[in-house]
Parts: sequence; structure tokens; C-alpha cells
Amino acid sequence: MEKLGQVHEGILMPRTELGDQNHLVIKLDSGYNLGIRLTRDAKVSKVAVGRAPRMGLPPIAFKPDPSKPNVSILGTGGTIASRVDYRTGAVYPAFTAEELYSAAPELAGLANIKTSAVCSVFSENMSPQLWVKIARAVAREINGGARGVVIAHGTDTMGYTAAALSFMLKGIFRPVVLVGSQRSSDRPSSDAALNLLSAVAVAGKSDIAEVCVVMHGSTEDDFCLIHRGTKVRKCHTSRRDTFQTINDLPIGVVRDGEMIPLGDYNKTKESGEVTVDAKFEPRVALVKISPGIQPKIIDSILRSGYKGIILEGTGLGHTPEALFPCIKRAIKSDVPVVMTSQCIWGRVNMNVYSTGRDLLKLGVIPGEDMLPEVAYVKLMWLLPKTSDMDELRKLMLTNIAGEITSRTRSDVFLKTFLGI
Amino acid sequence: MTLDYSALGLRVGFEIHQELGTRKLFCDCPSILREEEAPLKIKRRLRPTQSELGEVDRAALVEAIRGKGFRYQVYPENVCLVELDCEPPHPVNQEALDTALEISLLLGASPVDEVHVMRKTVIDGSNTSGFQRTMLVATGGKLDTTKGPVTIQTICLEEDAARKVGEDADFIDYRLDRLGIPLVEIATGPDFTDPKTPAEAALKVGQLIRATGRAKRGIGTIRQDINVSIRDGARQEIKGVQELSLIPAVIEREVKRQLALLRIKGELRGRGAAHVEGKIVNVGKVFSKTKCKVISNILAKRGTVLAVKLPKFAGLVGKELQPGRRFGTELADYAKAYGKVGGIFHTDELPGYGISAEEVSKMRNMLSATADDAIAIVAAEKGNAEKALDAVIARANQALLGVPEETRRALPDGNTEFMRPLPGAARMYVETDIPPIVVDEKKLERIRKMLPELPEHKVKRYIDEYKLNKELAERMSLSENSELFEELVEKHIVDPTLIATTLEETLVSLKREGAMVENIQRSALDEIFDLIRMGEVAKEAISDILREVAKGFSVPDVVQRLSLRKITEAELAKMVSDVIQENWILVEKRGRGAMQPLMGILMEKVRGRVDGKLVHQLLERELQKFEFRTETS
Repeated sequence: MEKLGQVHEGILMPRTELGDQNHLVIKLDSGYNLGIRLTRDAKVSKVAVGRAPRMGLPPIAFKPDPSKPNVSILGTGGTIASRVDYRTGAVYPAFTAEELYSAAPELAGLANIKTSAVCSVFSENMSPQLWVKIARAVAREINGGARGVVIAHGTDTMGYTAAALSFMLKGIFRPVVLVGSQRSSDRPSSDAALNLLSAVAVAGKSDIAEVCVVMHGSTEDDFCLIHRGTKVRKCHTSRRDTFQTINDLPIGVVRDGEMIPLGDYNKTKESGEVTVDAKFEPRVALVKISPGIQPKIIDSILRSGYKGIILEGTGLGHTPEALFPCIKRAIKSDVPVVMTSQCIWGRVNMNVYSTGRDLLKLGVIPGEDMLPEVAYVKLMWLLPKTSDMDELRKLMLTNIAGEITSRTRSDVFLKTFLGI
Repeated sequence: MTLDYSALGLRVGFEIHQELGTRKLFCDCPSILREEEAPLKIKRRLRPTQSELGEVDRAALVEAIRGKGFRYQVYPENVCLVELDCEPPHPVNQEALDTALEISLLLGASPVDEVHVMRKTVIDGSNTSGFQRTMLVATGGKLDTTKGPVTIQTICLEEDAARKVGEDADFIDYRLDRLGIPLVEIATGPDFTDPKTPAEAALKVGQLIRATGRAKRGIGTIRQDINVSIRDGARQEIKGVQELSLIPAVIEREVKRQLALLRIKGELRGRGAAHVEGKIVNVGKVFSKTKCKVISNILAKRGTVLAVKLPKFAGLVGKELQPGRRFGTELADYAKAYGKVGGIFHTDELPGYGISAEEVSKMRNMLSATADDAIAIVAAEKGNAEKALDAVIARANQALLGVPEETRRALPDGNTEFMRPLPGAARMYVETDIPPIVVDEKKLERIRKMLPELPEHKVKRYIDEYKLNKELAERMSLSENSELFEELVEKHIVDPTLIATTLEETLVSLKREGAMVENIQRSALDEIFDLIRMGEVAKEAISDILREVAKGFSVPDVVQRLSLRKITEAELAKMVSDVIQENWILVEKRGRGAMQPLMGILMEKVRGRVDGKLVHQLLERELQKFEFRTETS
């Protein structure tokens, strides 16, 4: 590239969606990228053609070790491991088992890995259809003999998928572990490696026969937490320890590949069969209540043909009085309304204040200590089962996969403290 | 210097890193260094990444081999989630980028049209994310030196790294206060051909940066790395030359070192030395009764003593490369870097250290080493000892080829020591969390308008406007205090020369005396110059007052306590006549000749409280009166 007396030579870079059309970017020998504005006095000429970059990591051949457990890793689009081609600056995701072993050699000491891709989406683009696809793949792997299944997933909606799998998978007798990373896996500081290794350790060695999420337990790199899939939430946009178990203790801690239990959980069995209860009604709305909220919102939800409403109420489970009539209308048209709390922590109790009592009289279903996101997924999953509102209410209030606890410990609230 | 540097093909380039005093580059934290104990410590590990070819970058491999964890010290007031790699970087600090563009324009360089932030892999723990964020801002500048112009290849803006504050067997301690502070990096081409001009040029570049007013002040805020090579030698990157005055010495000593290594290569060739096979032998049994404490301690702890023959190396391992450093010191550096051992022994310095001639002889037998061969010995835990000797063998083999390319650390005496192999091609890829930044003509116009005054112009202005003499004007224009000087001149109706000498000479000599001049606040200077203007204190008193203020006293206290309040003319007149009376015998005897001794006595008494000229005037007048009186009596 030649412009105003300055000559620069380097590898032409692909234009990312971040840049504008007026600049050309080259990578210099020093490694720096340089952007030049294409004005009339800029001259561009091709001087050479380089070697095309290899796609992917150099695979490492591995022989299955009969003394190690067989763990299946399902990919959904999150990158749990990757490598960088410094020549071009491209980042390549690890995909196959061979590539994973290449990126995280410690895996060979833990398990025999088998990988397959279920889908490839950013997790904000997850949907009930994809949840079903994932569940079917999990069942197939476990029924096919896998000692445990790991699902690599984007962190944004990992909690929702975990809840959905918890409801869908019947007869789980092996660990089903969701894992992701907060800091991209191309960087040396990524939480990906510890998370992946911990997840594989849980899937391959633990006796936890539940759907769970395994992620960093602190901002240090020393341990991961095992969270029940129906009690876990992403609580911070960027910290490594973003996932927290809400209103309960995590199932356990995993440190140096060993598990330390913290509470009760369903134990693994020698054999069994996993089936998938796969129907979802996607037309459920999750509405956050706020001062000044207009009844129009609820009415337009009803008019749009929605089949269920989860309210994220204030405090113990309240809404402004102005909403009572439209809530009544919803319930009268057989659209169930379930109350959870935007406090996230704590239990809904609508008997304490008159507002709550009034809402109960209207027929609102109190959501106990369920997370709003989990209640949302549960209602989607319950709606196809019955059109009887009383039956639906009963099911909503029944603890199916640990989403409702009957008592809350005093040591399970997240608050600011002068520590990590 | 008697070396002919041009015949040797000496080429030198340098990189200056200057911290800026703005907020941090990728977040809004204040750029402050902290010395007290950190309230939070967070432990992390970094995983080495691999390049596309499956090779691990040479420098990265060395770091990974050391395998320690990192303990990061956190001060919540100026270390946030960004430094902890728990939050994506914020957009680039505009003030810092503008400063980098200013510096680019001052150096005649061409800013790029679009700035791309890159990630440069660093896994020694000094960057929590495992990479340093850096961006190319400008290319192609020029710096004039007494030996001709030198090219400025690149001007980059990057984040400074965490500072290492400790290390134990398992962890390296880093303090995150410095991580993220903006650094402007200015790199010259390898255009220097002598050891002195680089120092002159580095000073000039430093002045230009300080002219922007946004350079951070203090020790360690400016660092120089020098690249040195001679024709038959190899490029060395010498890091961390803290003082400009050390640059010539570092270059001279590095040239000497490379020449000495080339002589060793020649000598080895002459002796017919070949590739060192490097068979490592366990010589532990030779030392079963040794008097060498180091070895007996290791053996007691179940460690091993391993040795390797370096054929034809006898006498060369002990050869001096730099004052106080021998080739054996280089081998020991490699052993320490790769094997984590404390050091090595070698036959060029044995018998010694408690190792007897007999033990040496036994080793020679075991290794079939003749008197022409050298032996390197390591005592340590087996795995470390093996790694250490492998490194020694590798370095010995490089001696056969000449000078290896290395990154070396500058030492306070101008010597250098091995740090790591010179890194391969830069391990950089795009920082995708930050979109590219367009640098358009409008932005450059705005910056051109705010370009600071060049040092040459400032000198002229100080001479013309403030009537400073040339020497004082030059010193003041280059001084850290130039801004303060101008403010004080604006504020106080006092001779600018007085203000300049106070800042540039008085404070300096007080510091040399050992006074804590850092304790002198701006307000104290204001008070002093106010008192001067009001005529309450004589300029001669300034030094004494500042000396006390440096100890922590307030200006009014000092003036009162030391009775430095200016003496009135009436008081002085009385003092003069008292002194004359007390010494009337002398006056009678010498008459006018008594001036000098009496001036001495008087200045002792009034020192600092009155203008010497006035004393002289009054004394002369009184003496005349006295004479007149005696003559008439």
C-alpha cells in the first residue's frame, strides 16, 4: 500500500463487521494491523500470494484408554477451546475430540472424549426447538453407553437450557453437565480450560445423576462449582464466577478433578434409560413488573395469542393494583399467570400483604422460590400436558427437578463482602 | 574509547517507553502506584498457547517451563474488573490517544488512518489476560542528532504491565496498580553507529514527550530498551535501562561481550572443538566426603550432582566477557533460567568453593575429560539439575556458532544478563472487543492546533521575556519545574531569575545535602515569594527557610524561629555601630582596612536577613563617621 510517500507491506486482512468500507487493513511483519483510508492518492498492489492458513488445530491422535470413562461432549456453538494463528491473527475453534486434546492435553488423563455438534448458535439465539434437539442428543449418548455427557454452551442462556433439560430428561442415571466460558478461550487467561476439565471430571467420575452447570466458583483459578440446573443463574455480565446457585447451596465443589458434595442429589445408577419429554409451548411471556406499568401490556400479550404469563413481581410477589383487571381477564381466558419475584433471592409469599392476597384471589399461581427464568421454562413445558387449569396449577406447584425447595438455608444469599 | 565502532559494524536502535499521567488506557481507573499492603490478593494461572504450526513460541516456552502460579495484588480504588480480566476493556482513553498523536506529529511521523488495537501474547503473568493490548499509532518519523537524522520507525500506544513485587517456590507476586497505565512506545531504526549518540537522542525524545505535559513523573515512568548488534555478532534486546547516563556504558560493554564471545568461537574452532554431545553423568559419589557445603547439603536432601563434559572448552569458561562476568556466568544464567537451580560449578574455577583438586581429578576420570576439556557441574534436585545442564549444553553449542540472539536485562553497572531467547515473530492478533478507531483529518487538525511549545522555543522565550541568562534559560526549559516556574512568575512580582535559581539551584543543592525536598509544597514557595516581594525576608534567606520547610515546618514558623525576618535599616545601622564600638581597637589600628574583618563579623550576625550590599554601604558610612570622629578628637 502506498500513500503520501509512505509504503506499507503486509498480509491483507479480511474486513470484519466492525470496520467501515473506506479502509483497507494489512498485517505488518511486526504483527501490528494497520488501517489505511482508500482515498484517491492511495495505491494498492498485490506483491505475493502467501500460504493459505490451516483451518483448525493440529489433531493429536489418541488411543482410547479402557481404564478411563467415556465422556461425550456435545457442541452447541460456544467455543470451549480454540487456537490462534498469529500469522493472520485468526482464531480457530477446537471442534473435534482430537482438536480438544490438542488444546487441553490434560483431558487425556481424565476420560476418552467423543464429540459431536448439535447446533452452532450464540446462546442468545437458543430456542425451545434447539433445547429439544440437545435433549435428544443427550439421551442418545447416555443410552448409547456414555459415562457422562458434557454440553458446551454459551453462558448467556445456559441457565435456561439447563432448566429445560432438567424437565425434559426422564430417568437420568448419569451426569449431564453444561459448561461454558466467560473469557474467550483464545486468551491464556481464559476460564475455559479449568471449566472444561472440571466438567469432564464431573461427567466422567462423579455420582451426580442430574443436569448441572459447572463453572468457576471464584475469580481465582482454583475451583469450580456444580450448580443444579433448575437453581442456577448468570448473575454478572463478565466475571468468571458469574453463575450462582440461588436460594440453595450448589450441589458440590470440584477442585483438582475431585468432587466435594455440599448437599443432596440424585445418585448415578449402573443402568437405566433416558427418555425425552419433548413438548414445549413457546408462547409464554416473561413480564417484569415496574411502577407505572400499563395494563395494555398484558392485554396485548393476550391479544397476540400467548398461552401463559410469568410475572416477575416486586417484593414478595406484587403488582400495581392497576393490573388486577387485566390479570383477571387472562386467567378467565385460561391463560395461567404465575408469580415470581424480581428480587431473585427469596421466596414468594402472597399471603402477607393485601395486594398479594388479592392477586391470589384472582387466581395467580404463587411460584414459591422458583427463579423467574426457570418458571418460564417450566410453564412452557407444562402447557402442552393439560388444558385443565387446576391440573396445571397443581403441576406448577409440584417440585419436579429441584426447582422448588421447601426450606431456605440462612447462608445462601449473595451480598457484597470484602473478599473475592 | 579505542574501539572502531564503524569497522565493527555497530548498529544500535532504541525503544523508549514513557508512561502517561492520564487515567488508564482501557478503563477509568486513576494511574497511581501504591506502596502499602494490598487488601486483596487473587491467585490465577495462565496457559501457554500454541502457534498455528504447533510450535510454542521460544520465549513463551521458557515462561511456561517455569510453571508458577500468579498472585495478583489488588487495590479496589485503582484496580477494577478490567485489570482483573473480569470485564471487557472500555474504549481507548481519548486523552492518551491524543497525546500519542501529538507526539507523532512532533516527531514528524505519519499517523495511521485507522488504529487497530492488538493482543500481544505475554504469559509471564505480568498481564492478567495473558496478553498486552497495544496499537500502532504512527510510522515514519525523524529525529535530528549531532550525527545526523535517525528514523523513528514506529510510535505505539499500549498498556503497561503489572509490576513484579515478589516470588516464592510456587507463585510470582504482581501488583496490578501499574497494569493498564498508558505507555507511549517510540522505536527508532537501528541507525545509531556509536555508543554516545543514542543517549543524546533518548534525552531529546524524552523532552519532546514531556513537552506535551502529559508524561507521568517519577522513577520508573520512563524505560529504555536498546537493541545492539555488531557485524559478526547478533542482535540483543537489552531491556530496562533506567538512566540515560547508563546507555553509553551498556552499549560499550555489550560490544565488548560480543567481541569476547566471537574470540571464544574462534578459539574453539582453532582447537577443533565440535558439537557438544552432552552426556550427563551422575558424579555424586565423587563428593561423598566433600568439604563443599553446597554439594553436601544437596546430597543430604537426596538431590543429585550431575556433570557434563564440554570438550575443548578448558580456559574458555573462565574467560571474562564483561567486567565481573565470565562465559561461565552466562552458562549459569541459562542453568538458572531453565533449571531453576542456584548456579553451576565449572572446572575453570576449581579447585575452589570447597571442592578439592582430587575431586576434580576423579570427575575428569569419570567423564574421560582431559586437561583441554572443561566440566560443568550442577547440584540440585534431579529433574531441575537435568534441565539446567541441558540448557548449559545448548548454550555451549551456541558458543561454537558465535553469539546467540537474546533478550538481556541491563544491570546497574552497565553489564547485561540473559533473560530469555529473543522472541520469535510477534505473537499478535486482533483485540476484537474494541472496534478500530478512525484518525481523520479533522482530528489531526485539532491536535496540530494544540501542539506544545518545542523546547528550543521555550528557551528563546525565557531569555526574551523573563530575561534569564542563556544557561539558566536552557536548564529551566528542560526542567520538570518549567510549568511551575511560569506559574510562579505570573503570580509573584519577583525577579524571574530569583525564582529560576530557587527552583533549579537552591532546591538541587538542598537535595544534595540530604534534605527531603519532596516535602516542600507549592504553597510554601508562594509564601516565601510573597514575603520577598513585601520586603520582609531577604533573598539570601530562601535556602535556610526551604531547608527547614523540608523538615516539615511551616514558613511563618521558620521565619520567626530563625529570626529571619528582614532587618530594617535602622536596626542594621544600630548593629553596625555596635560592632564598630566592640571592635574599636581594630578600627583605630586599621581604619578603612577594618572593612573586611568587620564585614565578616556583621554578615555572620545578619546572615540571610539583609542584603549584603546594604551592610557594606552602612558599614562604610559608619566607618567614615568614626574616622571623622577620631580625626576630630
